[in-house]
Amino acid sequence: MKVGTFDTRSGAIARALATPKGVIAGGWLFLVVFVAIFAPYLTPYDYDIQNLPNAFAPPSAAHWLGTDEFGRDLLTRIMYGARTSLSVSSVAIGISVFCGMCLGAAAGFFGGWFDRAVTVAVDLTWSFPEILVALILVAIMGPGVTGTMIAIGVAYLAQFTRLTRAQIMAIKSETFVEASRSLGAGHGYILFRHLLPNALTPVIVAAMLATGDAIILEATLGFFGLGAQPPTPSWGALMSSGTAQLFKAPWIIILPGVAVAVTVFAINLFGDALVRALDVRAGLREA
Amino acid sequence: MPDPLLRLQNLSKRFETPNGFLKKPRSMLAVRDVSLSIARGEVVGVVGESGCGKSTLARLALCLLEPSGGSVSFDGADLTGLRARELRRMRQRMTMVFQDPYSSLDPRYRIADAVAEPFAVQGLPVPAGRIAELLSKVGLPASMADSYPHQLSGGQRQRVGIARALALNPDFVVLDEPTASLDVSIQAQIIALIQGLQADLGLTYLFISHDLGLVRYFCTRIVVMYLGAVVEELPDPQAAPRHPYTATLLASTFAPDPAERKQLSELTDEVPSAFDLPKGCAFAGRCPKVTERCRVTVPQLSDGEHPVACFYPL
Amino acid sequence: MLLRVENLSVQIGSITPLEGVNFDLDKGEILGLVGESGSGKSLTALALAGLLPLIGGRIPTGRLLFDGADMVPMSRSQLRALRGRKIAFVTQNPMTALDPVQRIGDQVDFVSRTHLGLGRKAARARTVELLTQLRIPQADTICNAYPHQLSGGMKQRIVIAMALSGDPELIIADEPTTALDVTVQAQIIQILTTLVRERGLALVLITHDMGVVAQACDKVVVLYAGRLAEQRQVNALFGRPAHPYSAALIGCIPREGMAPGSLVGIPGAVPSVASYPTGCRFHPRCTNAGAGCSDIVPELRSLDAGGAVACHYPLPGIENA
Repeated sequence: MKVGTFDTRSGAIARALATPKGVIAGGWLFLVVFVAIFAPYLTPYDYDIQNLPNAFAPPSAAHWLGTDEFGRDLLTRIMYGARTSLSVSSVAIGISVFCGMCLGAAAGFFGGWFDRAVTVAVDLTWSFPEILVALILVAIMGPGVTGTMIAIGVAYLAQFTRLTRAQIMAIKSETFVEASRSLGAGHGYILFRHLLPNALTPVIVAAMLATGDAIILEATLGFFGLGAQPPTPSWGALMSSGTAQLFKAPWIIILPGVAVAVTVFAINLFGDALVRALDVRAGLREA
Repeated sequence: MPDPLLRLQNLSKRFETPNGFLKKPRSMLAVRDVSLSIARGEVVGVVGESGCGKSTLARLALCLLEPSGGSVSFDGADLTGLRARELRRMRQRMTMVFQDPYSSLDPRYRIADAVAEPFAVQGLPVPAGRIAELLSKVGLPASMADSYPHQLSGGQRQRVGIARALALNPDFVVLDEPTASLDVSIQAQIIALIQGLQADLGLTYLFISHDLGLVRYFCTRIVVMYLGAVVEELPDPQAAPRHPYTATLLASTFAPDPAERKQLSELTDEVPSAFDLPKGCAFAGRCPKVTERCRVTVPQLSDGEHPVACFYPL
Repeated sequence: MLLRVENLSVQIGSITPLEGVNFDLDKGEILGLVGESGSGKSLTALALAGLLPLIGGRIPTGRLLFDGADMVPMSRSQLRALRGRKIAFVTQNPMTALDPVQRIGDQVDFVSRTHLGLGRKAARARTVELLTQLRIPQADTICNAYPHQLSGGMKQRIVIAMALSGDPELIIADEPTTALDVTVQAQIIQILTTLVRERGLALVLITHDMGVVAQACDKVVVLYAGRLAEQRQVNALFGRPAHPYSAALIGCIPREGMAPGSLVGIPGAVPSVASYPTGCRFHPRCTNAGAGCSDIVPELRSLDAGGAVACHYPLPGIENA
């Protein structure tokens, strides 16, 4: 056991990457993020310029993954689609983590009528599938990227509120919190210096896994034409446009689907590696 | 006692069970009408079994719980009437060491941060070298400052808890069963440490314990509690018990010497529930000397040198 | 001799957390097995109860003779037949030893129905009789209660009743009073000693409390870091401890009229299995250590005054006692 160099969280990502699972999953995720950011520099084509004579071209040297019904390069559309999928899902989860932690922490810490109100609201949302909540919200706000982000963010809000509240309630009863109070610590100190830092680890892991779900939800909304509007590509919208030519040009629906599946799988795999890396005792056993 | 450092007057604490679904809320008196004065430099032991209210009393004494009745004054100031800010300043002078060394340290705090927490909480700068000084005072190497709690043994963690309690040079420390979760050899180490610090720093202790043998070794005065109330105050640790409960407690404390084997008395009846206290003396059901009067009337703590709450003291 | 333990070692995976334990026990005797946490006392108890496979342990050397038959080569089913019937086990925590969703009576009945082949009515009659003997008021009402309705002391008495229900000859009690209040502890110790004296049972009492040992036991085995340190009659051990560790352990309990500051404890802490010191495992904490203690393992040797000690420099007054 090394003394003084072991932290529970800093370096967790590095430790997660040190496992074979972590390397593969992390490698794929890095590739997707890299492609999403640098898409304009990586492809000679534009995602929105139509080239109708070249529609439904199968994969070739010029178009590695073929073209769609308007003759646009499918690889380019998938690369730009990654931008939409990743940004929508991560911003959405960011919204739900931030709001959920605020609500859950306040409810768990202060209790009383506020806690009861939050709990009832969370339980009510919990009894509807996320997709239904998101569909209703998008219907209210109208389709588009912003609407999708908020809809997905709200759909996952209950999960993070409940998780944070449960964590705060559990940590609140630990002796070190009482010890801190006996030294004169106020609510703010206890909440920000003891409760939230200790509650953060499971929230990070849950956020990681929820991002995977959010990508699927975003693709679903896109598939129904409720996500990003044409010509902006998203993985769901690409699959949707492929349904009409399912037999003529199957790659249009299959390849974006593969992108979704592999990315979500990689996120879950990496989340798994992260859970192990964050476990203090597991870390010590290896040391 | 001319000028007590801590004075508890007629303290009571009532706990209510939450108003559950289809369930009537129930209430229990965890502490009943307890008065106690502690002079500077004294080591007062509070002894009793689980559920007797000794830990609640410890928290009331430090205003970590709001009393349902009565008052607490520290060095002449009434703590129950203080504003939050004044109470916070007062906490520099009165601190606590907790029972469980495993959960009393934040797993994310390095040892140095844990010991420095009193300064952080009070918004005070940490004087140079103070952390190392505190660690050496409790017998830990300065190199341990960068460790995390999970790297330390139970005894070492308890030493960190003591260092944290002493960081701001308090006058008064409440020790809530600081050795109850430790091995006997470590318990003796910690008691020796606490005793040495008391002598060196002129501290005043309120020592909570379930172990009458330990309290008799360590304290200058002993308060015995049973089901929320004080049943006896022993003016000196070796005084012969006058309350039958104290006598039972003493007879249940085994000496490490087969020549002093105890004749065990038969205590058959169960301890009553604090939710449903008997009408008379709380100990009546288990007492060998019980009479009809004990079952009807509650005996009051007597005045004088050696107060006892019993109609027929030994 | 009812129980004879010869050179018992326990191995779990590649580590040997217990080695070279010797003692014997006759009917009507109480043996105290004492040491700090990590000394191997609970492991000894598991070995005696034939429960080592539960934690993946095995016995590479040594013999465990119960009524003359060696338990070490026995099969699991032979051990199971012995356990509960001839050997009963009382665990430390009465809260977890009882099934929370079964009535008390049914749990106690089960033992005598399984091991003595009693019918439903006979088993219940026996249970009520046992509970009454253990001074449980209104035994027939208690039989219908669930564990959570009883206090800790009452639950521990139920666990003892379960142990007695198979009419055993040997009871192994692993820290039976550690989780209980002092007055309740005294009651349980009282009940156990009375049972041994009146029924001629043998009891192995595992504890870390030298006070309990002095109060209840006839013989004592002191373990330290997985090895036997000293093995004596109780009066001899407390009168003239031979091993510095035994003396230190006795000195950790405050006693009547002890001068302030005389309680010092034992410096350091029990080493973990992974970091056992060479030579005598107690030498880094020992005040009496001398040449050879850090590299030569002390042999267990018999004392003229009875018992045995494993120490190069036993405390004075022993050799010529």
